[in-house]
Amino acid sequence: MKVAVKVRLKPSILDPQGKAVHNALSHLGFSGIQDVRVGKLIELELDDNISRDKADTMIDEAGRKLLSNPVIEDFEIEYLKV
Amino acid sequence: MKSAVIVFPGSNCDHDMHHALCEMGHEVDFVWHKSGSLDSYDFVALPGGFSYGDYLRSGAIAKFSPVMSAILDFANSGKPVLGVCNGFQILVETGLLPGALLRNQNLRFVCKNVYLRTENRNTIFSGKISAEKPLKIPVAHGEGRYYADPETIQSLNTHKQIVFRYATSQNETTPAANPNGSLENIAGIINRDGNVLGMMPHPERAMEALLGSEDGRLIFESLTG
Repeated sequence: MKVAVKVRLKPSILDPQGKAVHNALSHLGFSGIQDVRVGKLIELELDDNISRDKADTMIDEAGRKLLSNPVIEDFEIEYLKV
Repeated sequence: MKSAVIVFPGSNCDHDMHHALCEMGHEVDFVWHKSGSLDSYDFVALPGGFSYGDYLRSGAIAKFSPVMSAILDFANSGKPVLGVCNGFQILVETGLLPGALLRNQNLRFVCKNVYLRTENRNTIFSGKISAEKPLKIPVAHGEGRYYADPETIQSLNTHKQIVFRYATSQNETTPAANPNGSLENIAGIINRDGNVLGMMPHPERAMEALLGSEDGRLIFESLTG
């Protein structure tokens, strides 16, 4: 089972990296883009025999303890294939 | 004073810190991050560098090093802990200090001397610092933009936990003196109990006038008594 954990800066946090990417996109002629924010995608490959409930609990804890910093980031979990 | 300089894989200011503490007459050991006990020490320093290559986030992986539970016990027993640069990043990741350190606002790695205004001289790390004269101390970081939510910032102000702010050579905190976009020019904060200080600038690199500044000494002299 493969899981994607998407980590994003909270909306209230300034993202200079996103601004720089936005600038570069504008320079390349990609118009009509209002804003860019850069996050992280972390893929986890889980054991086949792990239950969905257990996976939910475990990844939620991992997301809070290590994969994201709750002071500045939010995360969401997406199951890629079950 | 018996002091420990914690060494993580990727620490690179550990020898500077060791040198600075030896200058102060401390008996200093390097303590590898896999060590389990700090009972025999009076002071612990977390040096700068790039622990675990800054992977994931600065300090995010170091906070789960075996030595961290000993550092938590050490700090919670009221003994002094100083985190500089990456050491500060590790202290906020562990929650010993509030807030977070984000990518510099201008996206550049900033490596230069800055001036610091000392906002609270009534701490074990700042008692010998002059009220009028700013400290000249170098910064060297890519992720030093201090952030905390408004309630936390207010609480830091109320309890005088903001020890250092970026300032001009005239000791004025202006937006132009802020090298990284930190909220309220925050350069260093202390915990509520007053024994854990984190700061982005490197006092251990400001120990000799010949090398540009010896203002860092005042912080270590305050601590050493």
